[in-house]
Amino acid sequence: MDTLTRRRFLLASGVTGATALAGGAAALAWSDLHKAAAADPLPPGEGIVVLLTLYGGNDGLNTLVPATDGAYQKARPDLAYQPHEVLDVGDALGLNPAMTALHDLWRGGKVAIVRGVGYPRPNHSHFVSMDIWQTASPSEPGTSGWLGRWLDAQPDDRMRALRAVSLGGVLPPLLAGTKTAGSALPLGRFALPRGTTGSALKALGASSAQDCPNAAYAARDTADLFTVSAAFSPILADASTAAGGDGNASPGAAKPGTGPGGKNAKRAAGNALARQLDIVAACIESSVPTRVYAVSLGGFDTHSAEKGTQSALLKQVSDAIGAFQQRIGAGARGKDVVLVAYSEFGRRVAANANDGTDHGTAGPVFVVGESVRGGFVGEQPSLTDLDNGDLKFHTDFRSVYATVLDRVLGTDPASVLGGPFPALSFL
Amino acid sequence: MTTSQQDRALIGHLLRRSGFGASGAQIDAASALGYPALVESLFAPGADPGAESTAPPASLADPALAEPRLDAKATPQQRKAANAARTQAGYDLVAWWLSRMVAAHRPWTEKRTFFWHGHFATSVLKVRSAALMLKQNQTQRALGGGDFRALMRAMFTDPAMMLWLDAAGSTAKAPNENLARESMELFSLGVGNYTESDVRQAALALTGWRLDRASGEAVFAPKAHAAGAQSILGRTAGFDVDSFTDLLMAQPANARFIASRLWFRLGSADPIPAETLSRLVAAYGPDRDLTALARAVFTDPVFTAPAATAPSSASARYALVKQPAEYVVGALRALKINPPADGAAKESALLRAALGGLGQVPFAPPNVGGWPSGRLWLTTAATQARVTFAHWVASVGDVSEVADAAPSARADAVAHLLGIDAFSARTRSALADLAAGPADLVELALLSPEYAVN
Repeated sequence: MDTLTRRRFLLASGVTGATALAGGAAALAWSDLHKAAAADPLPPGEGIVVLLTLYGGNDGLNTLVPATDGAYQKARPDLAYQPHEVLDVGDALGLNPAMTALHDLWRGGKVAIVRGVGYPRPNHSHFVSMDIWQTASPSEPGTSGWLGRWLDAQPDDRMRALRAVSLGGVLPPLLAGTKTAGSALPLGRFALPRGTTGSALKALGASSAQDCPNAAYAARDTADLFTVSAAFSPILADASTAAGGDGNASPGAAKPGTGPGGKNAKRAAGNALARQLDIVAACIESSVPTRVYAVSLGGFDTHSAEKGTQSALLKQVSDAIGAFQQRIGAGARGKDVVLVAYSEFGRRVAANANDGTDHGTAGPVFVVGESVRGGFVGEQPSLTDLDNGDLKFHTDFRSVYATVLDRVLGTDPASVLGGPFPALSFL
Repeated sequence: MTTSQQDRALIGHLLRRSGFGASGAQIDAASALGYPALVESLFAPGADPGAESTAPPASLADPALAEPRLDAKATPQQRKAANAARTQAGYDLVAWWLSRMVAAHRPWTEKRTFFWHGHFATSVLKVRSAALMLKQNQTQRALGGGDFRALMRAMFTDPAMMLWLDAAGSTAKAPNENLARESMELFSLGVGNYTESDVRQAALALTGWRLDRASGEAVFAPKAHAAGAQSILGRTAGFDVDSFTDLLMAQPANARFIASRLWFRLGSADPIPAETLSRLVAAYGPDRDLTALARAVFTDPVFTAPAATAPSSASARYALVKQPAEYVVGALRALKINPPADGAAKESALLRAALGGLGQVPFAPPNVGGWPSGRLWLTTAATQARVTFAHWVASVGDVSEVADAAPSARADAVAHLLGIDAFSARTRSALADLAAGPADLVELALLSPEYAVN
């Protein structure tokens, strides 16, 4: 098996996060858990990262739009936005017309846009490029996620299962370390059996010398369910009531949010990403000891009929971030929280026959928060100096990570990223 | 373990991998055949009354019924009704396939089809046509045990695939690369066995096809096909979909890739041992024989070896985690629950919610790469979904085998019912606390670490 295929296998099979989880850690007493989370709240001033992954390859050129550039109009005549349509952000650039909430935040100085982010010798495969971003390893095969490696370096104590959390059922590789892995929160409530069935189920979370590695992993996961449920149940119950929905609804069946957040919350109604960020906001307000949240939205692989699809998705992104920021920004933790949004690649400059675009390279990364230094970072890629039809990147994505690790998580970036990368000015 | 326990464990291993779980009664029946004959019986021709009794509902095959087409003058109410009909048809499709998986007497056909569904992962959420998804499913069922070339060629002009990967309407003037790329990366060769230039040139070879929505058929329009020669994978010719398929099949990477993918889902999520790979590649052979390949997987020494005692000894036993479809369908089969092939039924909504919470709704893979595998299925959120499902299925299923046993024998009875080789002392002790309630006992066993593995 070649190294790239092997890397995908390792990640896809979860081998990455598995090794350490099979080992034993201190089991938590069921009755102590809620108290523990309440007794060890995250101290004010500790940074919190919310990482938003846009799966499918978001078209950066129709997100941060160079509408007045003749080369842009010429490359995609039926797909281009006109200068009067986009939301002006200066430097002859405008945001996609659907991103009004993010534009409001930009004007308030709460948004940094890192332009032309990528990595050397770009890969055009969704899966390889997403692995590269999630493992922060463009040249060598990586077998652990970058925030998983940060998690590895944290104490293996009773709060281990709570430090990094993803929203939704499947754990993204970025949270899988070599020794440990983050937890996954369901989008609905936890409902564990009570009485003797509940205590028997809890007993299944104990490690057993007779377990094969996969069974040991499953047992550890059962123990983690009790930890995570105890810490998050009160929050999920509130978030779920506020959202008026139950988490087992099928995709797209989300019900309108009626929680706090005013105008932006109404704008975010029925929005899959907003449901995730609602729960993140509730967790942050409750001071659970979580430093990293992973949220995501898919569907950006716009090979055909791109304009309608992408603008609907960007509206979801913008509305969800707007509602989240309105809720969090005014609170006690406003200055602690930084949201970073990225995708595995941008798209080809020229359109294809189906009013869509094929896989490309560099794209913008958005950084949002009260403590963020708003404005542009890095250069907008040229539309005339192309690499076989693709944009040339200016800023290595690991510089974004290094800045977040240093300024938000207070960790030496080189220990996680395997070397130094210049910090950026957005924090 | 005694010899007979080891033999039973091997039979259970084969039944789980070649189907959807194995109850004790099924293992008992299969044990009488012996392992080699059991493997052959998977591939022998023969009737399957379970499959025959679960034919797809006629409404699904008729796009006019399931997917009313609207003209530009349709009212909002008409559009809403049409959308609801499409969604309902998608629910019916999922309900039908689950009912077939549960009812099949020879589940290898359905398991194999589920493998190809994940390999050519296509989602109804983008295709928006249950009829076209059903057509793709039937093509994968019909061709999934033959020459891989025929299956690959059929997928290039499969209507659902053409919509899913935007091949419909791709023209010489501005070719769409989506199907060209994934046909090499994910369907036939694997990453590292083609270049970016190959992707762009192959996109030209696939131009000229469009979809006739009235007939639901792919139609070739020569004028929209790229004229002239393309250079793909080191060969220069005027390629079309047939000669491009032949070119893919001629790559040495093709056999290695397909063999590795089958092993990854049916054998082990660990890297495939070199000797196993060469045995599987030999079985695939110049005829790209998918049944010979599957036979080679199920008879490979690494597949049949007992559970590894040292990390260095390769064994596929317990090396996978049950995929959600295997977990759910296996539990339904063991507890004799036949879900209705009606997406509007209450049971169908419960099953969709369970599979959605676990992350694997049939006909709705997350992306063209298909579903994850191995331990990525074991998350706290998924465990919560298993808790909810196990409670329901144990409360409505047939647990008489456990209820009929004396309380002291009930842990063994539930292991037999669910086809679990052996419980650890940890699990045995937890089960002992619930011995008075057969349904509670079954619920807990379905949540045991021993049942989660495959």
